[in-house]
Amino acid sequence: METATQTVTKETTMKTERMTGAEAVIRCLLAEGVDLIYGYPGGAIMPVYDELFKYEDQLTHILTRHEQGATHAAQGYARTSGKVGVAMATSGPGATNLVTGIADAQIDSTPMVCITGQVASHLLGSDAFQETDIVGISTPVTKWNHQVTKAADIPEVFAKAFYIARSGRPGPVLIDITKDAQFEEFDFSYEPCKGIRSYKATPPTEPKSLEDAADLINAAKKPLIVFGQGVILGEAEEEFTALIEKAGIPAAWTILGLSALPTSHPLNVGMVGMHGNYAPNKLTNECDLLIAVGMRFDDRVTGNLDTYAKQAKVIHFEIDPAEVDKNVMSDVAVMGNVKHTLAKILPLINKNDHQAWLQQFNDLMEIEYDKVIKNELYPEKEGLSMGEVLRGINEETKGDAVIVSDVGQHQMIACRYAAFSKSKSNVTSGGLGTMGFALPAAIGAKMGAPERDVIAIIGDGGYQMTIQELGTIFQNNTAVKIVVLNNEFLGMVRQWQQLFFEKRYASTEMTNPDFITIARGYHIPAKRVTKREELKEAIKEMMTTEGAYFLEVCVEKENNVFPMIPTGASVSDVRLS
Amino acid sequence: MEKENYTISVYTENNIGLLNRISAIFLKRRINLDSFTASVSEIKDVFRFTIVVSVTEEQVRKIITQIEKQIEVIKAFYHRDDETIYQETALFKISSKLLFEERQIQNVIKESNAQIVTVTPEFFVLEKTGRRYEVEALYDKLEPYGLMQFVRSGRIAVTKEKMHISKILETFTIEEVN
Ligand SMILES: Cc1ncc(C[n+]2csc(CCOP(=O)(O)OP(=O)(O)O)c2C)c(N)n1
Repeated sequence: METATQTVTKETTMKTERMTGAEAVIRCLLAEGVDLIYGYPGGAIMPVYDELFKYEDQLTHILTRHEQGATHAAQGYARTSGKVGVAMATSGPGATNLVTGIADAQIDSTPMVCITGQVASHLLGSDAFQETDIVGISTPVTKWNHQVTKAADIPEVFAKAFYIARSGRPGPVLIDITKDAQFEEFDFSYEPCKGIRSYKATPPTEPKSLEDAADLINAAKKPLIVFGQGVILGEAEEEFTALIEKAGIPAAWTILGLSALPTSHPLNVGMVGMHGNYAPNKLTNECDLLIAVGMRFDDRVTGNLDTYAKQAKVIHFEIDPAEVDKNVMSDVAVMGNVKHTLAKILPLINKNDHQAWLQQFNDLMEIEYDKVIKNELYPEKEGLSMGEVLRGINEETKGDAVIVSDVGQHQMIACRYAAFSKSKSNVTSGGLGTMGFALPAAIGAKMGAPERDVIAIIGDGGYQMTIQELGTIFQNNTAVKIVVLNNEFLGMVRQWQQLFFEKRYASTEMTNPDFITIARGYHIPAKRVTKREELKEAIKEMMTTEGAYFLEVCVEKENNVFPMIPTGASVSDVRLS
Repeated sequence: MEKENYTISVYTENNIGLLNRISAIFLKRRINLDSFTASVSEIKDVFRFTIVVSVTEEQVRKIITQIEKQIEVIKAFYHRDDETIYQETALFKISSKLLFEERQIQNVIKESNAQIVTVTPEFFVLEKTGRRYEVEALYDKLEPYGLMQFVRSGRIAVTKEKMHISKILETFTIEEVN
């Protein structure tokens, strides 16, 4: 007979305890190993906050200054710790303020559980005070969501939520809990979720696909790997490195794959995509085999699909079946977690080096160095460049820091030039491109990896979108280093206006406040650098100061980020100027 | 690629939010639904959506993977018209006067294989089950006499091939997350 059980739990005798739904929420979080959450209180979630007060010693709640900040902090936490980030808010405006962070987490596959309060169930649908259909609103941007109206459902829903958020291709989950369900008493017991009948978190790997992929790899003369965040999410860094080293394959990264392979690795050939490196973009259209590892062929990576790697056979290592053949048709799709599939394919791969092919990358890198990189890192003109700030940071941190970047020119510069020695070091908003991400995400990143230096690199525009989180930093003594690259412009948009809208700088010039005074207002030590001679010393001071630090670097107003693939152009049409 | 009619069958767990999620997949891609029917299925506690769309095969293939990605979806299939047995049902509410005064209308009813569901002094209701064109043909014939109400259901369909949902359900092994 068919069974109806949706959630499969271990058959054990469970001890029960009588408690309210609100207390159950806390107990579920503790049972899932959560010790830190971000959020903002309000009427519809007050019972849970009241319980938090009781559990203060086991569960730390960080009060952000805006609910968007709570989601981005939870994301930053998830990205550096590898754990599920948790954010909580009240109903209505609290819940809608979470949406940007949820959408960001969805497109960047970040495991996150969001908890929202909801009006009492008898008021649902009545346009009650602070009622909003957050389940409906968040449906297209969550991996799963659910509304709880009965306290007794809380344990099973939470267990499912955490399982879904972190399994397979991770993503954000939202649980909406009515106020009456928070007050209601029931007999609590908790069993972690081990599986859901209709959900296959990781698709099975066909042995034949591994053989076919190995044959293609062994036969290739000019193979190129493009790796994405799947390597980091699957914790497959070792397996990945072993594969590229054995087969001698140049490996290029997407913005979210960054840091999975150390910057200095001889087979690391740089970033692909719109502001990626010259060599991997150009040679994408020359390789005979393109091996995509845990990446999804985002349009910022591929440019015009009609001219993308048409000459190449394609192997796609992927955990999400919906990504296979979505944008680029693959000849072989190897399904599964790359940690397992890469380990399994390794013995089938012949040892190889592709010296002549690698040399092609090096030759193009030299061209890019002469035309772009040298001027960016060692500028001779008077104005400070964003690149030299990154160079200064690299020299000081030796590539060991976590770099959190916002969105815009500084982000592309940070991703292009930051040096990384360890994985999980690059935290940025890739798929959604959310300005305002970096400051709160840096808070979460630091709390997720307290032993590491965390440096946020932010534009003057994005900084002002979530600048209030300086309050969170100050209140919690969070030792993040904040670097604002101030060009008094919404730089990336201005760059497009210059290149594609005949320099009509519509609404991109910004008159900024005195950032130093603002930082000091939040009791954060601060310094402004306007001259090259001051830069090195200022970065040193920032890194050696205990606690948070704010550094504003006034950079050249109208610098552009190159290389660049204009929208709709082919990757091999990458422009150097 | 040519657009074609596809019947999509989605077997799911019962969850109120799922309808929203599935329709959002189409909405996001600006694909109009020709019809959408939800019902129970042959398996206890497994529900079934039957959706008809006119898209290219590439589109329908991608939609299926997006649908299957939803947590509560067990399996989704797509079929061309000739791979399914499908029907729609329509109800016509017509003034009873016509039934007695218009001789022609009785012939129309007879020829169309429609059933009279109910007759009252004011109106009678005609039920017609068949392919879309058959329902439309009847509509065209009756419309000139005046229709008090007309409603047509979405397509329901069964496939010629077996769907093996019970077997598929067995393959959903439970995995431990580390
Ligand atoms: C929330 C949000 N609004 C608008 C945009 C569009 N946008 C992309 S980059 C950019 C400019 C960013 O300017 P700034 O933060 O000063 O950084 P810069 O490019 O100058 O380094 C804008 C407005 C966005 N990505 N996110």
